[in-house]
Amino acid sequence: MPENLGGNSSIVLRRVTNDDGTFRLVLAGSYTLAALGQRVQTLSTDLVAYATDPELRWDLTGIEQLDDAGAVLLWRAWGSRRPTHLVLRPEHERLFDRMKEAPSAPAPTPRGLLWPITILGKAVFLLWEHSTGLLILIGQVLLDAKYLISHPARIPWREISANLYRTGAQALGITALVGFLIGVVLSFLSSRQLQTFGADIFIINILGISIIRELGPMLAAILVAGRSGSSMTAQLGVMRVTEELDALTVMGIPHSLRLVLPKIMALGIAMPLVVLWTSAVALVGGMVVAEIQLGLSYQFFLNKLPDVVPVANLWLALGKGAVCGMVIALISCHFGLRIKSNTESLGEGTTNSVVTAITVVIIIDAIFAIVFSNVGLK
Amino acid sequence: MTNEECIIEVEGLHTRFGSHVVHEDINLCVRPGEVLVLVGGSGSGKTALMRQMLGLEMPAQGEVRIFGEPLYGHDRKKLQYMRNRCGVLFQKGALFSALSVYDNIALPMRELRTLDEGLIRDLVMLKLKMVDIEPKHASKMPAELSGGMVKRIALARAMALDPELLFLDEPTAGLDPELSEGFVKLIQTMRTELTLTIVMATHDLDTLVALSDRVAVLAEQHIVALGSLREVVGTSHPFVANFFRGERGKKALGNTGDVL
Ligand SMILES: Nc1ncnc2c1ncn2[C@@H]1O[C@H](COP(=O)(O)OP(=O)(O)OP(=O)(O)O)[C@@H](O)[C@H]1O
Ligand SMILES: [Mg+2]
Repeated sequence: MPENLGGNSSIVLRRVTNDDGTFRLVLAGSYTLAALGQRVQTLSTDLVAYATDPELRWDLTGIEQLDDAGAVLLWRAWGSRRPTHLVLRPEHERLFDRMKEAPSAPAPTPRGLLWPITILGKAVFLLWEHSTGLLILIGQVLLDAKYLISHPARIPWREISANLYRTGAQALGITALVGFLIGVVLSFLSSRQLQTFGADIFIINILGISIIRELGPMLAAILVAGRSGSSMTAQLGVMRVTEELDALTVMGIPHSLRLVLPKIMALGIAMPLVVLWTSAVALVGGMVVAEIQLGLSYQFFLNKLPDVVPVANLWLALGKGAVCGMVIALISCHFGLRIKSNTESLGEGTTNSVVTAITVVIIIDAIFAIVFSNVGLK
Repeated sequence: MTNEECIIEVEGLHTRFGSHVVHEDINLCVRPGEVLVLVGGSGSGKTALMRQMLGLEMPAQGEVRIFGEPLYGHDRKKLQYMRNRCGVLFQKGALFSALSVYDNIALPMRELRTLDEGLIRDLVMLKLKMVDIEPKHASKMPAELSGGMVKRIALARAMALDPELLFLDEPTAGLDPELSEGFVKLIQTMRTELTLTIVMATHDLDTLVALSDRVAVLAEQHIVALGSLREVVGTSHPFVANFFRGERGKKALGNTGDVL
């Protein structure tokens, strides 16, 4: 009484009664992963059920195609040993021999009981690693700078100018857009408030001080940190993944001199200029709204501006820009050089780099605000 | 002219990268169950041809059909089914750098969503054994492996789903002679158990002699010779003469004795 369990015609699993009254399980067709498809689960339970009978005769001679998946399926059903009565084609013999030799997977290491402490310890060590790494990088760059002063011919001008273009010139569009919009919004909101007090004229003070001293540099720094910082980290990270960093090392070209220093110098130069540009565009935005809302003419606005905003504010902004630029480049390079050669580390490193750079930029701003609290304010 | 006999059919294929012409009017039929070896100088376009067979690049002109169907315009399910029937070993391995060795091989199996973890574990260990990788390396990341190990694990991943069609780009480059021999044996045994079609690019004459059913020689943008090893060696193209009848070629062919 044959009972066909295979819904799929290419896989046959059938129990037949022999002449002597014993049972024989006939397997035929193709036992391959492609043929098994969705039926793996049901077939596996069926096989396990059959395998509980130790006297069952397994007849595999009908199997035309047998791959590793099929063999493993049978092997697991048999409980990792050959059943007592088994006939199979000679070419399939090897598959099961291989199974016998196959090692078992190493057991995953269980998590220790002290894991909260381990995690905390690792975090502390990571912080320590970052601090020392950054310090070493700064030291290295300073040594390189000293070396370049005595060997001016070796200054990497091409890299510096390429970085200037990428981080400075190409950032002009986005910083202008953001700066203009912020100027418009700030001017609009302030002028509405000032109108109620009849203090229209003070719009120039508010816009001048806030944009030149604070908003311009901060907007520029945050935009550049996101834009150039991420690209610097990713560039160094990809160079690590593709072993380009190692290729540079074996050519005797130090990373710090050829890759890090030009980026720091370029951003140190480009950032003050971007700050200047962003502040100027933001002021233009504010000026346009002041004209529309309060009827202040452009000429009056521009004439009054130097009187109400001491020029020290501008120097402060440019200084802040230069410092932020160099710090952004330094942090980006630090994270970029730490990236391990796999894609996950690349993504993680880039994220961490941008987040750290933006945070540090804001901290620097706060420090400037405290240290120079007596400068440029009447 | 759709040919029922071809598992892969390349028709009038042209490849250009900008103004650089790599292939001109390539016609090729890969028959089921055969091992077709692509040979040709470095830069002759073996990898490029394979990439087009896999649908990774559009040919500038011409058509490629796999399992009788054009590579573009499949519905999603059909395409996935077709992909599951192909295994690919890339020239540089292309292991997922964020996954461990074990997970690299388990990934295609997990993607099927029909196998349980226990079965997958046994299968992965079997595949690792097949390519002679010790189980202690299973938890390593690709960056921690030697070049030859990357190659072997990539091979194990290519075979993870026991595909009927295997694309191997330089499978033995970077392996020591013993491992190359092991690779040849492995392919030979697999062919006795399954109907396996293999398209392989190689510079390794020993592998070529041991495994090839047919050889296609790529040179000067064309397939200059196509046929059994004996037929190909008999043609008079200078590249063939250089490749097979040079010092190395004589040695490798000499081992088989009967080829020439
Ligand atoms: N993405 C691409 N863009 C431009 N040119 C390419 C591209 N891929 C390949 N080529 C060119 O196509 C030609 C063939 O390259 P291919 O990688 O196929 O060579 P190959 O025969 O596999 O060589 P090898 O034996 O060295 O691996 C080369 O000249 C290469 O420069
Ligand atoms: Mg190639």
